[in-house]
Amino acid sequence: MEQYFNQYIIVAIFIIIGIALPFGALTAGKLLRPKAPTKEKQTTYESGNEPVGLSQVQFNVRYYMFALLFVIFDVETVFLYPWAVAYQELGLFALIEMLIFVSLLVVGLIYAWKKKVFEWDSI
Amino acid sequence: MDNMIEQLSIGSVSLVTLATAALLLIVLVFVTYGIYFERKVIGWIQLRQGPNRTGPFGLLQTVADVFKLLIKEDTIPNNADKTVFKLGPIISFIPAFVVLAVIPYTENLYFANLNVGLLYYVALSGISTIGILMGGWASNNKYALLGGMRSVAQMISYEIPLVISMVGVILMTGSLNMIQIVEGQAGGFWSWNIFPQIVAFGIFIIAAVAELNRTPFDLPEAESELIAGYHVEYSGFRFAFYMLSEYVYIYAIAGLTTVLFLGGWHAPFAFLSFIPGLIWFIIKFCSIVFFLFWIRATMPRLRVDHLMGLGWKVLLPLSLVNIFVTAIVLELLK
Repeated sequence: MEQYFNQYIIVAIFIIIGIALPFGALTAGKLLRPKAPTKEKQTTYESGNEPVGLSQVQFNVRYYMFALLFVIFDVETVFLYPWAVAYQELGLFALIEMLIFVSLLVVGLIYAWKKKVFEWDSI
Repeated sequence: MDNMIEQLSIGSVSLVTLATAALLLIVLVFVTYGIYFERKVIGWIQLRQGPNRTGPFGLLQTVADVFKLLIKEDTIPNNADKTVFKLGPIISFIPAFVVLAVIPYTENLYFANLNVGLLYYVALSGISTIGILMGGWASNNKYALLGGMRSVAQMISYEIPLVISMVGVILMTGSLNMIQIVEGQAGGFWSWNIFPQIVAFGIFIIAAVAELNRTPFDLPEAESELIAGYHVEYSGFRFAFYMLSEYVYIYAIAGLTTVLFLGGWHAPFAFLSFIPGLIWFIIKFCSIVFFLFWIRATMPRLRVDHLMGLGWKVLLPLSLVNIFVTAIVLELLK
């Protein structure tokens, strides 16, 4: 049990070093780089034209559909992983149960397919 | 590195910290020379020279590029959401490095031996998507917003086939522990997972390339339509961190493919097992990295209206079928 927790100390060290590098490098960069902002430099880039309006606007709903589908199938994988680990001991019964579970979700996928969620018609 | 942290003490913790810092250094060297070889290999394939001016054979080209980025002025647009803009590249980079904790190099050389190693990898690598979304949104730029949204849609769509294709490997091994997955592939190349799981391997590689936002799936940064995509407003070292996290993920995916499908540190034939496992790992790892460079040089970019169709209509049903075929075959062989 102690061994088990100790492995996560290694993970914690990875996280600390992973955080330290970008903060360290960006702080070092702050000392090295010039800072001469002008008004033109700080405008939004739009291929040389004067920027028109803001960009944080209401956006195409399609991306929300993908996010919903992603959540459904990601939750499915959360159930698939422990099932796959224990499958050799569980056997045929677990296989049929998982088939039923996955086919229920596949119905959702077919529904989205028929509703043309995966067609890309504009940006 | 095994049993290094069996006893929790200041000595063992500082030893692991040093080893982790050494790994970070190795990864940074890999990224530097990975970019160099990518440019060289693509140059050779397109009958060009590639970088050859800075240092002998152009070996210092990437070093010079990184130093140039370090001393460049860092501009943040006035309309940008400054806090989110600054956090984006950092959030994108941290998980890229932290996932490397679970990749075992040989039976004795590994960092964290987690019993949920694969799940840890999958869970953390998803966080980088948030960093990209933050960058795209906070820039307050139309190209960046489109690129960020496309990138997130692509990454979450291809993450599903990626994680489901791994279920086949888990079924074969009965474990999420990376070391046990490699040990299940011992004894010659015919016991590597790539052969019984060839469908999963194909899905995994395609989805991994899409996850890495690389050609032919580099739509989020398609130069001809979106200039640079989500990082169009980034300059200097913040831009460098987006690039760095992309290349650290190449390291992670190459390591993961080696572990899951190519037998990790095992030799392909028993009579070749006098060669140390680490060498085998490096050979397999480098072949995957070369393969990624190779397809970048040969494949054209996918059309944006085909992108989602491939992920949801082809790869996802195929990966689900693969799971059940694997499960039924395992049941029949019992």
